[in-house]
Parts: sequence; structure tokens; C-alpha cells
Amino acid sequence: MSDALLTLESVSLRLHGNAILDQVNLRVEPGEIVTLIGPNGAGKTSLVRIVLGLLKADSGTVTRKSRLRIGYMPQKLQVDATLPLTVLRFLMLAPRVKRPAAVEALEEVGAGHLAQRPLQQVSGGELQRILLARALLRKPHLLVLDEPVQGVDVNGQIELYELITRLRDRYGCGVLMVSHDLHLVMSTTNTVVCLNRHVCCSGRPEQVSLDPAFVALFGEQASALAVYNHHHDHDHDLHGEVVETPAGHQHGPNCKHA
Amino acid sequence: MPDFLIYALVAGLGLALVAGPLGSFVVWRRMAYFGDTLSHSALLGIAMGMLLDINLTIAVTAGCVLLAVLLVVMQNRQWLASDTLLGILAHSTLSLGLVVLALTDNVRVDLMAYLFGDLLAISTADLGWMLGGVAVVLVLLALLWRRLLAVTVHEELARVEGQPVTAIQMALMLLIAIVIAVAMKIVGVLLITSLLIIPPAAAQRHARTPEQMALGASVLGCLAVLGGLSMSWNLDTPAGPSIVVCAAALFMLVLAVPRRA
Repeated sequence: MSDALLTLESVSLRLHGNAILDQVNLRVEPGEIVTLIGPNGAGKTSLVRIVLGLLKADSGTVTRKSRLRIGYMPQKLQVDATLPLTVLRFLMLAPRVKRPAAVEALEEVGAGHLAQRPLQQVSGGELQRILLARALLRKPHLLVLDEPVQGVDVNGQIELYELITRLRDRYGCGVLMVSHDLHLVMSTTNTVVCLNRHVCCSGRPEQVSLDPAFVALFGEQASALAVYNHHHDHDHDLHGEVVETPAGHQHGPNCKHA
Repeated sequence: MPDFLIYALVAGLGLALVAGPLGSFVVWRRMAYFGDTLSHSALLGIAMGMLLDINLTIAVTAGCVLLAVLLVVMQNRQWLASDTLLGILAHSTLSLGLVVLALTDNVRVDLMAYLFGDLLAISTADLGWMLGGVAVVLVLLALLWRRLLAVTVHEELARVEGQPVTAIQMALMLLIAIVIAVAMKIVGVLLITSLLIIPPAAAQRHARTPEQMALGASVLGCLAVLGGLSMSWNLDTPAGPSIVVCAAALFMLVLAVPRRA
């Protein structure tokens, strides 16, 4: 038996009669960073919700390592403006977390200076770090990050990815993250899973970026971008808007469906 | 001081005490309209309680809990927007209550007392039920405080962290139902939500922690009860509306105080 933290086998999901996920396989090993990429509506968030146990798959199996602790970093956090809550208190809302642990987690993500700031008054990048700190407080075996760099500028994104890699090295936890972003993520991840309702292709970033299925999904330009690690002048063109080729889906060699 | 005034004071202050923290959750979770719907349905609880000849406090609490569960089930179906659903239930349960009361001809009911409260007609038994309700709410709030906050801030995060989110939400609804049953005699079904919302909204401006806001709301609520009762005593105005007027005046006053830097 493998010691994978998480294994999904042929997971399918339908919502309101529409196929959201079709026969998806996924594995995360300890210390591995797996990145889910794919266009809007590809089912990335649904897959994450299944992993977290917030949503039940219609078919297929989800196996979590026994007593697996998951640290979850949600996509967004909207706290009503009338709730007076400092950043530190927010962290201390996690079960069984005391002040010293909360302070330490905040320092760990480089946000120690924000401790007494009202939660509603931090910037997008700061909020992501705070959410990451909350996830770390669980001492997780697996970190699940839903679009961790959303709303963060390019330099901030690079720093966040570096931080995530550093935390992985330090705690040896597995990381499953969702991203829209193509090239920044490629330099930090071990495995890329390209999702468009089914797994189009998956593997190491260098392989995936040359995979015909990836090229078909993200366009020729994307594969060129993907291999350049620090190429900065085209970030937001692809953010969220992905062009599908008119010919429809092109099957790659790793394509897991008929 | 006459007995009935002492009863009124004790009941009013007890209600204000729990309405502060509970009302803060109503404000944070934007449940004002939800509270309104539950309190409108309290009249149906009264009617049912009279028909079945059971204690009215229990009848109202049970009615509110049933309606809350019904609301949650219907909201999860998602075939109507929440506010539409709340509007339908609020007014149809209120009307149904009025109709049932009118058809029950062996009881004479002072409708105004239930709609706008009749604080000065509280009996010893009423007071006992109210204080019991207040005590239950205070204890549950203290036990669940941190979890209620966690669920309010981010429901899914709380769920992933292993909190029993559904049970906590149900508990919150039960607490609101109890407070409505307690408050009905004091301010009446039409005005209950004001006591849940106005004091926390006023306290929010100067609070730095959730606890400061909750306690501040309790204090402001108590002041409103004291002010409203003395207004009612001296000017012969109805007690429930007088309390709400005082709460609103306090709110305006707090708005005028500049915020700390």
C-alpha cells in the first residue's frame, strides 16, 4: 500500500443534472505540492470541496489517510463589518488554539505586525497570509489552498508561493492547491493536474506544459509561458479568461477518459 | 414600588441582558428579517397554545423552533430567494394566528397585549418562566460562544476544523426562539426584533471585541428598559413601545459620540 495522504479514484459529481466532475483520479503524497489548474467552471472548487468532505461525490472513492488533519485556506473570507474582530482573535477561533500558538503562526507567515488589526482592514495579500496562518494552526498533514494568490499582485504572488513551499519543507505536509495562474505556479509545484471536468493531463510541470491537452486547453501561448519561470509582463491576460480551441477538446496521452 | 412594577423591571432587565449578546449574532449574521419572521409567527404559537391549552411560553418557543426548522429546510431547497420566503412565512403565520384567535370563541384575548406587549400585567408565574428562559439562554450562550463566533466568521472553515456546524446553527435558532417567547410579553411580537438589533447596532460603534459589543448591547438594553418603564409610569405611555423609543434614542445618542481613534 502507498502512504498517500489522499487518493481519489474515479470520482464523479453531477449538480442540477450537469456533469461537474467525470471520473477524476487524484493523489497527494506527503511533502508533495499538487496544483489543480483549469478554466473557470472546470470543477476545481467542487473537487476541493469533495476532498474537504464538504460535498459528497456521486460515485468513486475518496480515501483519506487515517486521522488525516487538513488545514484549509478558503478562497475568500467575508466577515460582516459590524463584527469587531482582530486578526489574532480570528486565529484563536480555531478549536483549541491559545494565544501563543496564534501569535507564532502569524509570525510564521510574516504577518506578526497585523495581530491587533481589525480583520476587515487588511489588504488582499495580508488576508491570504492570515488565512494560511489559520490553516497552519491545525498542524496539518495536508494543506488545501483554494486560489491562495487571488487578488494579490505579482510580487505578492511570488512571495506567497515561496512561503507555501517553505512551509511544506518545514512541516513536510502535502499541499493541494487550486490556481488559475499558469506560469508562476509551475515553478513551485511538483505535480500539475489539468482539470476540465475530467483530468486532461497530469504530471510534472515541464511535461504538462508540453502536453497537447494542456496546449489545447490554455492555448499555444500558455505552454511557452509555463516553462519560463520568472516572466512577468503578461500576468493578467490569462487570469480567468481561457480560450478553448474551436475544435473542442483534444485528448492528450494521459487523458483518463474515453 | 408596586409589585407589578418590580416584576416588569426584573423581566425587562433579564430580557435586555440576553438580547445584547444574542442580538449581536443577529446583526453579525444579518438575521434581522429572520428574527422578525420568527417573532411574527409567535402569535400563531399563542393561538395554538390556547387551543391545546398548554403553557404559552412553551407553545411560542415550540412554534418558533418548528418554523425555524421549516425555514432552514426550505432555504436549502433554494427555489425562492430567502427574503421572499421570509416575507411569505412572516405574514402568513401572523395572519393565521389572528384568524385562529378570532375563531376560538371560548377565549377572550387582548390582542394588543400580544402585538405590542403588556409588561405591566406580568404575573409571578410569567416572571418565573421568563427568568428560566433567560437563564437557559445565558448558559447556552456562554458555553457555545466561541463556536458560534467561529461558525459566524466562516461556516466552511469551521466545518473543516471539525465543528458541528449544523448543531450550532440549530442551537442559535433555539436561543432566538426562547428569547422571542420571553420578549413577547414585554414588547410584543411586532417589536421584538428591535430589542435584538438596536442595542447591538449602537454598541458596535465603540466596541473593539465581540465581547465588548455584546456587553455594551446588554447595558444599553437595560438602560432602554429603565428609561421606557419610567416613561410609561410617568407619562402613561404603553411600556413596550416606550422601551423601543428609548432604545432608538440611545442609538442616536451613541451615533453622536465621536469614535475613538
